[in-house]
Amino acid sequence: MNDKLNVAVVGMGKMGLSHFAIVNAHPAVTAIACESTGFLADGLEKYVSSKVCRSYADLLAYDDLDAVVIATPSRSHAAMVRQALDRRLNVFCEKPFCLDWRDSEALSAQAAEHGLVGQVGYHYRFVASFREMKRILDSGALGRVTQVLAEAYGPVVLAPKRGTWRTDKAEGGGSLFDYAAHPVNLLNWFFGVPDAVSGSVLTPVFSDATDDQVCATLQWQDGLVAQLAVNWSDESFRKMSTKISIIGTNGRIVADRQECQLYLRQASPALPDYEKGWTVRYTTDLTQDQWFYLRGEEYSAQIDGFVKAIHSNSRGPVENDFSSAAQTDRTLAMIVDNASSGVVVRDATAPPVRPRRNWLRRLFRLKQASY
Amino acid sequence: MDKLLFGDNQFFGVNHMSEDKARAQVIRFQHTHAIMDVLDTAYDTGIHTFMCTTHDRLAEVVARVIADPVRYADFKFFPCMPYAHKYANAVTELGMIGALRHFLPSGGLLAAAIAGSKALASKDVEGIGQLLIDAEMKMFSGVSTPVIFVQNVVTDLILGMGIKDGFRIFDDHIRKNYAAEPAYITMNLPMLLEALEQQGIRKPIICSNINKIGFRMSGGFDAYLAALKSGRVRAIAMSVFASGAIPADEAIHWVSELPGIEAIVFGASSRANIQNTRELVDKYMGAQA
Repeated sequence: MNDKLNVAVVGMGKMGLSHFAIVNAHPAVTAIACESTGFLADGLEKYVSSKVCRSYADLLAYDDLDAVVIATPSRSHAAMVRQALDRRLNVFCEKPFCLDWRDSEALSAQAAEHGLVGQVGYHYRFVASFREMKRILDSGALGRVTQVLAEAYGPVVLAPKRGTWRTDKAEGGGSLFDYAAHPVNLLNWFFGVPDAVSGSVLTPVFSDATDDQVCATLQWQDGLVAQLAVNWSDESFRKMSTKISIIGTNGRIVADRQECQLYLRQASPALPDYEKGWTVRYTTDLTQDQWFYLRGEEYSAQIDGFVKAIHSNSRGPVENDFSSAAQTDRTLAMIVDNASSGVVVRDATAPPVRPRRNWLRRLFRLKQASY
Repeated sequence: MDKLLFGDNQFFGVNHMSEDKARAQVIRFQHTHAIMDVLDTAYDTGIHTFMCTTHDRLAEVVARVIADPVRYADFKFFPCMPYAHKYANAVTELGMIGALRHFLPSGGLLAAAIAGSKALASKDVEGIGQLLIDAEMKMFSGVSTPVIFVQNVVTDLILGMGIKDGFRIFDDHIRKNYAAEPAYITMNLPMLLEALEQQGIRKPIICSNINKIGFRMSGGFDAYLAALKSGRVRAIAMSVFASGAIPADEAIHWVSELPGIEAIVFGASSRANIQNTRELVDKYMGAQA
């Protein structure tokens, strides 16, 4: 079929293999695999029917390429995404987007300028229970939100061992970029970039070169405080578990991958399907089946969203677009700055444009004593 | 094959509804005797097949079954391999090649291939697959394993990637070396059936979600029903109750009227639920097999 998109998956690590399987199974796509490690490329060439490309430069020279899925180590994202955009390709990039948030913003602007779809793999935004949490927050039914706890735990680094790029800070490894990026991204989705970060402590537990646990306090000028607690050296969890708990003046909401629980002090006309008191909604009820399932509907849903955005040629908002991922990169940078300096960080090092801020808010901010 | 098979999700904190319930189950089944008590209840209700992950902890269950051959004369295991989190966490920690090195015998051909000094031939890749299968099966030596499954995460990865001969290698190895029937767990039954047939595997045993509300039946409810009616698949239905969304009687009655279903697999922790499911299966699918 001529109208199929040609999409290359670059980097056949854990996420790359998973993305490749999903992209390859998509009915509107012809998949290409790109892997530079000879041993893995040999195996792929023998065993998959898709085209296999051994270098990114060769891949970018293909005539009919429509999009790339970048699943290489985080440090390489910025340069590879830039090359793809220069070549006018649509890009899906694994998270975190770029290690330097200024790259993220520049690439976001570049994608917008060329009218290309740019998306980042924060799959939790495609998990039904977190989507429900977002819907509830947007309805305003929770009242004024005052306090948040954002947690992620899992069993990745459980002993001192020889590491990979994931345990090398310079490569974008560590629990901050690998684990904490997910709850931070959800906080950005709900509330935007924080106005101040304090109390950040990045601690190695078993690793030599990087953090295995993260604590930080994020504050917004309207009085909202979020605490981030992340640990990837926790064997009591079978796999990564992310949980967000939010308290507002009209109740509390708690969501994880499985369920969304809402307590309302008073029923709200903005949310007619929830009653006063507790209501629990399960992901199993809220989830739409996808055409293909591997590890969770959300992984298929995000790829399908990407493919549809390219196909429809619409330049409307894409969930997890580059600019939203840049917010997360900026927030992570604020946490790193705060952890290293010990000084409250009110902005990442240079202040980019913030659409939500107006003069009234500025005034309000000046009036606030301190965070 | 028995018409009712006992699953193991409840023992390992796999719960599609709630992480709190999952943890409560993990706490309850922390010690093997708690697992064994539930298995004994199921066994005494006439459920003789335990369909279980190749999780290290189940080696203790295997040991207990071997230790009492009279009590467990009819006890059968349907192993499902691999326990995927073990591999996924190793890949995160050690990288793709580091993980391969970790799980396969050191030195020799694989080391040479990784170092780039020798290309792997197809036969060698087959050999790696067989070594991994044998490693997973080691814990079941000495017990009856008439049907052996690939877990859905691996089945569906092979399926999605379109790995040529991927299922064929498993199929041949299981038939030849374990005198057992190869079988597949999937979340994508219609697509898998096509792929298996393309690899020359006819009338495969496939375990997948099959329930009245179409929960996690990827590829579409109608495509599942068409596959079942076609007579090309020997299906085992899981998630029959759709994580509790369908009342038990209604759920089993509905499944019992579908063609092509050989068995139902379910997980339960209480005697009442086990008994009730047993009775419903007897009522709708015929007397105990």
